[in-house]
Parts: sequence; structure tokens; C-alpha cells
Amino acid sequence: MTFLSNLINGISLGSVYAIIALGYTMVYGIAKMLNFAHGDVIMVGAYISFCATTYLNLPPVVSVVLAMIVCTVLGVLIEGLAYKPLRKATSLAVLITAIGVSYFLQNVALLIWGSNPKTFSSIIRLGSVSLFDNKLIITTESIVTVLACIVIMIALTMFTKKSKMGKAMRAVSEDKDAAELMGINVNVTISVTFAIGSALAAIAGVLLCSAYPVLQPTTGSMPGIKAFTAAVFGGIGSIPGAMLGGILLGIIEIFSKSYISTQLADAIVFAVLIIVLLVKPTGILGKKITEKV
Amino acid sequence: MNKLKNLNKFTLTNIQSYGIVLLAFIIIFPLQKAGMLSNQISGLLVPTCTYVVMAISLSLTVGFLGELSLGHAGFMSVGAFSGVVCAACLQNSIASDPLRLLIAIIVGGLFAGVAGLVIGIPVIRLRGDYLAIVTLAFGEIIKNIMNCLYVGFDKNGIHFSMTSAEALGLIDAKPILNGPNGAQAITKISTFTSGIILIVVALFIVLNLVNSKTGRAVTAIRDNRIAAESVGIGVTKYKLTAFIISAVIAGMAGALYAMNFSTIKPTKFDFNTSILILVFVVLGGMKNIPGVMIATIVLYAMPELLRGFANYRMLIYAIILILVMLATNSSGAKQFFEKISSKIKKGENTDVQNGGVSNG
Amino acid sequence: MRKFTKLTCLVLAVTVLAVCLVGCGNQTGSSSNAGSADAIKIGGIGPITGAAAIYGQAVRNGAQIAVDEINAKGDMKFELRFEDDENDAEKAVNAYNTLKDWGMQVSLGTVTTQPCVAVSSEVDADGIFALTPSASSTDVIEGKDNMFQMCFTDPNQGVASAKYISTQNLGDKIAVIYNNSDAYSTGIYQKFQSEADKLGLNIVCVKTFTDDSANDFTAQLNEIKAADADLVFLPIYYTPASLILAQADKMQYAPKFFGVDGMDGILTLENFDVSLAEGVMLLTPFTADATDESTKKFVETYKSKHGEVPNQFAADGYDCVMAIYEACKKQGITADMKAGEIGTKLVECFTSEDFKIDGLTGLGMTWEKTGEVSKEPKGMVINNGAYVGMD
Repeated sequence: MTFLSNLINGISLGSVYAIIALGYTMVYGIAKMLNFAHGDVIMVGAYISFCATTYLNLPPVVSVVLAMIVCTVLGVLIEGLAYKPLRKATSLAVLITAIGVSYFLQNVALLIWGSNPKTFSSIIRLGSVSLFDNKLIITTESIVTVLACIVIMIALTMFTKKSKMGKAMRAVSEDKDAAELMGINVNVTISVTFAIGSALAAIAGVLLCSAYPVLQPTTGSMPGIKAFTAAVFGGIGSIPGAMLGGILLGIIEIFSKSYISTQLADAIVFAVLIIVLLVKPTGILGKKITEKV
Repeated sequence: MNKLKNLNKFTLTNIQSYGIVLLAFIIIFPLQKAGMLSNQISGLLVPTCTYVVMAISLSLTVGFLGELSLGHAGFMSVGAFSGVVCAACLQNSIASDPLRLLIAIIVGGLFAGVAGLVIGIPVIRLRGDYLAIVTLAFGEIIKNIMNCLYVGFDKNGIHFSMTSAEALGLIDAKPILNGPNGAQAITKISTFTSGIILIVVALFIVLNLVNSKTGRAVTAIRDNRIAAESVGIGVTKYKLTAFIISAVIAGMAGALYAMNFSTIKPTKFDFNTSILILVFVVLGGMKNIPGVMIATIVLYAMPELLRGFANYRMLIYAIILILVMLATNSSGAKQFFEKISSKIKKGENTDVQNGGVSNG
Repeated sequence: MRKFTKLTCLVLAVTVLAVCLVGCGNQTGSSSNAGSADAIKIGGIGPITGAAAIYGQAVRNGAQIAVDEINAKGDMKFELRFEDDENDAEKAVNAYNTLKDWGMQVSLGTVTTQPCVAVSSEVDADGIFALTPSASSTDVIEGKDNMFQMCFTDPNQGVASAKYISTQNLGDKIAVIYNNSDAYSTGIYQKFQSEADKLGLNIVCVKTFTDDSANDFTAQLNEIKAADADLVFLPIYYTPASLILAQADKMQYAPKFFGVDGMDGILTLENFDVSLAEGVMLLTPFTADATDESTKKFVETYKSKHGEVPNQFAADGYDCVMAIYEACKKQGITADMKAGEIGTKLVECFTSEDFKIDGLTGLGMTWEKTGEVSKEPKGMVINNGAYVGMD
């Protein structure tokens, strides 16, 4: 029973990573950049939702929509001001800029909301489901998180496969210059990608803080790094890969804590990642890179 | 003419690099001896030297090898802790501080080199962002292991444990490394002079490597791996060599760093420290060693100079970072600067013609 | 490419020049505003930015309130300058050197433990008197004559907790969760464990976490639940503790929880459901809802200035400045004395037997020669969202 309980906890932690990883992977797939500020957009989303429910007494659903709107605007602004001018620069230059943006968001949050941690009241106000005489308890947060994760994954896959914009995204991801020649507006496509990624970040923030209800300016950074790991794990750029990577990462983390050592849990998670990458150098569902001279 | 320029490029880099170090030493050393430096600046000297060495070392991986490493602080950590243990064990047997420091730095470098080998073998097989993430993972693993590592030294020799300080069973001695507390009672033996010497050594190694056969092979691999392979360059061997040398230098820097403070802890050498050094290297121009050195000095000093801003300090640092990146890398800004520089040149000419007008 | 590099250097150089000018201008500006030659200069260091910012900001605000009160009295003038160290030893030493350039005469050490160990050896070398509000490891004071603490030491807390649990017979099966990437938490745990062994307490399960994995505690709680522990000892800060309480509640697992002074603040967490903390026990020197005059006044001033309830770090900061003030008054210290001279006199005062301080974090506090404070921790239990004395 402990095993089952651990498995469920692992999936629930993993699906939080997965939602964050979906945002990472979207942006990486299209703009080919590691957006290290993604974790901090999550934090901003959570703060917005917190303020909306606590100070303005808005219903939870409205607060999530509000957080999505603010984050979308923020994402597009960041992209336009900080990343767009660097479209032609090296990927490392963009990476460093993203890190600068990450520092910036953290420090702005510190100034606006202060250093005192805030307790996030869960947007899901239902009890837990208990099975087998209370031996197995599943929280509604984890059910909602897993469901949200699956829905988002399917929606994103459909969007990139079927819609015109989605097709444009895939074209840009394959070859920017060729896409431009085919009449696709690359800049708009990338901006839309950022908008979607940031809206996802807002949802991820709300779900992250619903499951783990402490909110401070550094809330997003460590889950951000772990989700980035998850995205690579599953094969960065691949939408189902991000989901798979996130959930696997969550399960490995919980299992290594339970069955091996809590002290070395972080090391074990990363060691598994390394082993996977050695066997499959582009992640579990990653595309095989064909090389041309 | 072009040939001459190319020939001189290496010598020019050499002159510039060593020149910066020499100049810094000539200016700062007498001032320090005369006690004319403020406490703030003299406190920054050794850490600055350490970060310069770290940046030179990372420049080898990122700039010359062309591989993004996000876990460089891990090597620094290995060097720092093995150096501290070594220095503490030799505390009673070697009285001379500089000699003990030298041995500690060498030991730190060796251990980091071994770590570089262990990490390098799997890492080198990977490419691009996957390589980056694996270096990140290794950095985190090293941090996590150091967090659980207890080392002590008494009359029976060195004791190791992965569980607790008590498990060491020390007789009349305190643990040197105490898990998450790190090293607590380090004798501070690092000096500015030793820092400068280490920079010169690092420069010597890196600049000579770059200009050697290995260096050219590495450059060829970076620019086009498949082409390099096809002309018979053993990619793995050369990449691994460069990676290990980079790790050794980082380890030496770590030992120097540790010996400048009375305490260091494993979590200091985390992802953020790796990123910090990466920022120095990228802003300095990747493989432009003199640029990297200057960028390190400037960027390391900046948060200290921003102390007057209290709460807004790191915010301003972030803004400056973004602006500098935009100013130096965006195509728009480049055109803008070019326009200005051409205007200034033109302006000089026109100034001669109507100099009186502007004065009047 | 050449041009590009030059451009980079140029931009960097210009920025730095600008920063230098602005930075210097700002510094001279601030010191000329508040700077008066007759004020004793107190320097504090702590995390103002980064993940540990809450502790540094609380100490700074608390200490500033004390300085304002003293200056309002008029018999002595204090000036406080507080520098950021981002909870990092290297930055703390940099901050210390900056403060020395400013002319610091008395130091408040640093707020967090590990940076304080680094700064304490500098303090020791310079002979400046230092009283740290909250750096609790014994490594901070060991072998340093002029370094004093306002908070309990970690071993002190570990031993006190074990004894308390044993004498009050609080649990038959005890579990521990501690942060093994944190010196404070590990320090308390280690002493707790060895004292518990002596007292014959039955520890059934010990689990850890790190700062990097301080979100999810379900795995640890599952194990502890499986081990059937009835008391969980949490020698950790209140932020992760609040998560542990919430997750245990969701698992419908309700053992007794026992915390240390780091647990204080859990009730002031904005929006925290205090019913989760019902029955949590902790050892703490300070409670914000105490009814004595000085605490009430301090809490009110703090609330009106910063809009939140002060935690124990703020109280520690306040007490430090007040203790230094009393000692300065007693020894007749004036602002024109050198830092070293003040240091000797203050050490003499703090170690003298008749020097007693009544502060927010304890009554009749005295100091040992080692620098350790002696005061009694109060056992508190959370009852209806408020602290109630346990005895």
C-alpha cells in the first residue's frame, strides 16, 4: 500500500513538473532557446492568482484566468524587449539574457510582495479521496493536476498538428529561413509561442502552489530547473516527451526518497537522467539528429 | 598583410592577457603593501583572482571546445574541499604557508582532474543542450554528495564517512569536512600574490594549449566535427583532454578560493555559481581571453559597487546584465554603434573645418 | 569580430564607470544625510535579497526600531548601516569590509550561521565587538573572545528539546525530519540524536530533505506514518514546516509535532490556515502575542512601519542593539573611541557577572565567557491559533 501511495505521490509531483516542462519544451522547440526565466513566470502567475483570491476576493477560476492574462502579456513583453533583438545572436547570448530576466523577475517580486512567504490557498476546495480504509489517500489537487496535464498535452498536440498557427510553428521549428520564404511571419509565430508558453506557466504556477502551498520570490526557480531536466529527459522539443519526462522524474524522485536515501535523492534523480541520456542521447522521445557535413 | 595579422594575433592575445595581469599586479601590490587600499577592495582581491581563473578555465570549454557547461562550479567544489582537507592534514607537518597552499592547490587540481575524467567520458559523447544538461546534473550530484561527506584527520590518519561526524570516530580532533556545514575552521593562507601567480599559470596553460596542435584540433572539432573526424582527428581524445585541463584549472581555483575564507559549504558551489561564471565568459567574448578577464573583474565588482542601492541592488544588476547583452549582441544596437563611430570619425573631420563655430 | 569585442569592452567599461559614479554618489549621499560625527556606528550584515531575505530584512527592521528608540531618548546616538550578504560567506566578508571602510565601531555579526562563521574570524582578527542576533552554531563563537550570540546555540536547542520531550513524556515513537543541506537544522538534529540516545528516547525514523527538494514531503511522511510515529520532531524553519503540516493533514496523519525556534513565525505566515498548526509544540524565546509592555510596544511599532507581525529574528535584532546600548551606557562609550577600544570595553562588560539584560527574547539574559547567551527557552503550544505556555 505504501508503494501505491508513493506511486500516486510521484505521479502527482511529476505532473506538476510536466506542466512546467511543456512550457519549456514549446519555447525550445520553436525558438531554440533555453528560457531560464520560465520558472519565474510561474512564480509571477502564482502571485497574481494569490492576490486575486486573497485581496480582491475573486473566485478561483477568475484568478487563474487573470493570472494567465497577466503572464501572457508578461511573456510577450519579455520576448519583445529582451529576446527579439537577439534573434540573430548566438544561443548563449540569449541564454544569458534569459538569466538576466530571471534575476529581474525575482527581484521585482521581492520588492513588490516582500520576502515573507505567503500561504497559497488551494484553488481546488474539495476534500481528498480515501480508499481501502484510509490506507490510500489521493488528494484532489493531484487528480486535477494530472487531468490538467493530460488535457493540456492533448490540446497542444492538436494545436500544433491541426491549426494553421500550429503548422506555422512546426515549420519555424524545422527551418526558420525556409518558413519565412513560405510566407510565414516568423516573429509573430515566436511571439505566439511565448504567449502560449507563458499562459501555461500561469496554470503551472497555480497548480504548483495548490499542491505545495508556499509562495515566495524564489518559488519558481528550483521547480523550473527540475522541469527543464524533465523536458530534456523526455526529449526536448517533444510535447508528449515533456509530459513523460516530467512524470518519470516525479516518480523517480519520490521512489529514491522512499526506498534508497532521502539524503542522496537529488543525486539519484540526476544520475538516472545521465544514464538515460547515455543510452538515448536525445532523450526518451527525442528526435534522432541526422548530421550533415 | 593578412598573413602578418594572423601570425600576430596569438602574440597579441598573449601580450594583452599577460599585460592585464602584470598591470593589475604592479598597480595593486604596492598599494596593498602600503595599506592604501580600502578594506572593501583588498577583501575582493583573492575572490576576483579565483573567478578570473575560473572564467579562463570555462572559456576553454565554452569558447574553444564550443560545449556549454552548466556545472563548472562542481569542479571548483571538488578542488576546494580536497584542497582544504589536504591543507588541514599538512597543518602540523609543513610550517610554511605558501608551500602548504601550493600543495593544496595542486591536490585540488588533481582531484578535480579525476572528476573531470570521470564526468568527461560520458559527457563528451553527447552534444549541444544535452551535454549542457548532463554537466548541470553532475554539478548537482557533486553538491549533493559533498553535502553528505564527512572527513576527519587525527593521529590514526584520515577518516571518511557518508553518514555523520560521529561515525568518523575521531580522537582529539574535529572533523575537517562536516557534511552540510562544510569546512569550518580553515586557516586562511591564500594571498593576492598567490592568486596572481595562479592566473599566470592558468593563462600559460590555456594560451599554449590553444596555440598547440591539440588546440588547433579542438578548434577544428568545434567548427565542424564531421569534417575534423574525416581528416583523422580523434575527436574524443582531444575533447576529453581539453575538458580535463579545464577541470584541473577550476579545481586549482577552488582550492585558492577555499583557503581565503575561514569557512566554505557545499551549497556555495551550486547551479547559480556555475551560471555566474558562464555570464563572465559570455560577456567577455567567449574565447577572447583578455575580454573574459576584464568582464570577470568588472562583473564581479559590480554588485559590491551597487551596495549603495540596498534593496534595489540585485534588480539593478539584472537590468545592467540585460542591457549589456542587448547592447553588445542585438543587430539594431550594433548598427547604432557603428553609425555613431562613423559619425565621430566624420565629426572629427568636420570639427577641424568649423571648430570655431561650435566654440562660439 | 574584433570590432564586436571592442564594443563589448567599451560598453562594459562605460557601465562600470557609471555604476561607480552613481554608487559613490549614493554612498556619500546617505552618509551625509544621517551621518553625524557623534553617533556610534553599528554595522549589520544579513540576506536582504535571495531566498533567505526574510531573516535579514526582519533583523534589519528590528534593529532599526531599536536605533530609532535610542536616538529618540537623546542620551546617546546610534547609526545603523545594514549590508546584504545573500546568505553567502563570501558576500558576507565583502559586506564586512565595506562596513569597516564606513567606520563601523560595533558589529551585529551576520544573521545566518555559515556567513557568520566567516565573518567571526574577521571580527576576531580586527578586535571589533560583535553580537550576532541569530547565527546559532557553536562554530560562530568558538575560539573568539569578542563574538557573542543573542540566540540559543544549536546544541543547546537540541539538548533542551530532547530533555523536554523526555521529561514531559511527549512521545513513545519519535520521528525526525531535518534539512540536511542546512547547518542550523543538521546541528540541532545531531545533538538531539545523541541526547535522545542518552535519555533512552525511542527514535523510529529519521528523514531528511534539502533546500532543492523542500516542496514535496509525501515520501518522508509516508515512511514516518508507516513507522507509526506519534511525535515528529522538526528542527527546521517554518516555511518547510508549514508544508509538512499541510501535507500531513491531507494524508490524514496527525501525530504531535515538536519544533524549535525556527518554527516561530508559522502563525504569522500570510493566509496560513492556523488550524493546521493546532497542537504544534515549539521551544522559542519570543512570541509576538506576549502581553508584556515592551513586546506589545515593539510589535505595534513594527506593524505600523512594515505592515506585518515581527518574527523572532526581528526581536533578536532589536535586543542586540538594546544590549549594546546598555553596555555602552554602562562603560561610558562615546562615538570618538576607536573600534578596538570599544571592543575591549564591551567584552569586559558582557562577560561581567552583573551585566543582565531584560529583552524581548528573554529576561535576565547573561553571557558566558565563550560568547554564549544563557536564557531559558519557553515551551509553547499552539492553541486556537495562538501560543500558550506549556508548563
